[in-house]
Amino acid sequence: MPAFWHWFVAAGTILFIIWCIWLIGWSSRQGPQDKSDEDLTGHKWDGDLEEWNNPAPKWWLYLYFITVFWAVGYMIAYPGLGNFEGMLGWSQTKQYEAEQQAAAERFEPIYAGYAEMDFAALTQDPDAMKLGASLYASYCTTCHGSDARGAPGYPNLTDDKWNWGNTEQQITMTLKQGRNAVMPALAAALGGDEGLDNMVTYVRSLSGLAEADEAAAAMQSKFVAICSACHGMEAKGNQMLGAPNLTDDVWLYGGDAEDIRYTLVNGRNGVMPAHGELLGDNRTKILAAYVHSLGSGD
Amino acid sequence: MRHEVIEKSVNLMMVLIVLAVSIGGLVELLPLMVSSETTEPAENIEPYSPLRLAGRDVYVREGCYGCHSQMVRPFRSETERYGPYSTAGESVYDRPFQFGSRRTGPDLARVGGRYSDAWHRLHLEDPRALVPESNMPGYPWLNENLVDPELVTTKLRTLQLLGDPYTDEQVAAAAAQVDGRTEMDALVAYLQGLGLNRSNRR
Repeated sequence: MPAFWHWFVAAGTILFIIWCIWLIGWSSRQGPQDKSDEDLTGHKWDGDLEEWNNPAPKWWLYLYFITVFWAVGYMIAYPGLGNFEGMLGWSQTKQYEAEQQAAAERFEPIYAGYAEMDFAALTQDPDAMKLGASLYASYCTTCHGSDARGAPGYPNLTDDKWNWGNTEQQITMTLKQGRNAVMPALAAALGGDEGLDNMVTYVRSLSGLAEADEAAAAMQSKFVAICSACHGMEAKGNQMLGAPNLTDDVWLYGGDAEDIRYTLVNGRNGVMPAHGELLGDNRTKILAAYVHSLGSGD
Repeated sequence: MRHEVIEKSVNLMMVLIVLAVSIGGLVELLPLMVSSETTEPAENIEPYSPLRLAGRDVYVREGCYGCHSQMVRPFRSETERYGPYSTAGESVYDRPFQFGSRRTGPDLARVGGRYSDAWHRLHLEDPRALVPESNMPGYPWLNENLVDPELVTTKLRTLQLLGDPYTDEQVAAAAAQVDGRTEMDALVAYLQGLGLNRSNRR
């Protein structure tokens, strides 16, 4: 704060306190005792009931002075008078930093201990998994749900199907850097409405949801030419690209003909936001182990 | 008793009341209005782009501040969850600021990049489709309402008048940037930009 404003605040505060003390002292002083008759307010009820102008009770007056002196003490102990930092040296920033440091001293050794542990052992450690569950609740539930079963467009983490893989490295990378899945819009490439309908039937036939008629079965060549680049020749997906397996019964965006048609026409862009900065390395490892433990393994 | 003097003179009492009430404001508020910490933008804080500005006004119109604060306080419990605590210089282009006073929903000061655009769109349209426990209302009409380009231009010009550093070229280009965009586009753009000025690094 520039010097002018420092003095503005300090002088304003001090003068105001002095003014308060003077005012209450001045106004509570009684006039000469022998002139008590003049201390009637002049209000009269029922003929002889009169109101006196008596001083405020002493306890009330003292309370007032106590609050004023409390203010003085506060100004001496804590920051408030312009740039004066107060005798206690307290500040919001220092309090925050002390809080952070106390927490670091208490928790970092625990995290450091887990950081040295083997990933597989970590998934079996009940305390680490409790920690993982609370990290999950803080960072993941909004999209993947409090039960980790996901939502349309947000993968279920409790099954054993992993679009981006479930090894330590894969989950860690997913958490730290996030993932961007790109399913392009393919309506034009598939040859309009008829082609779309047939491709929808063909894709559904891969997991036994539909019976492929001759026209749909003929889409296999298109599948090989277009879809297999990401989903693979056998439609079993590709974890490097986050391309889902199309032959199982898991459908991230729904397996109805309508849903699949929407996917083909509009494409899908699944995004897992990066959490590396938020979590830091040690927490990432515990959370990765917890997420791994949610599934039943590959 | 001397207090009678004050109590029986309306004019004197008025003067004393005004003095008592205003001294606190003069001492506590006035220095903040001119202090560089509160009037100069923090590092990486830029004036809102036209689309984000439109989104901010949707945020205000829909009363998001009633349930969401934008003020991470300097406590560990808050910075653990939301990221670094807020500073005054981050709100210099907010008129009015969106600190809020109540958290029925989470703080949004650093929500930018935490979720995908698609998540925000679906969540704003129907929160329970994604978070079954949510008690946030849906805002499906944002998908239907278009941002008014002329109004955005007027807003930018007004802000320019108030001292926000928009160039004339930026004001001239604003209408084209928001033409045809929905209020949903604007609000998502606004939310996705919140708090990106600072790293969330531990």
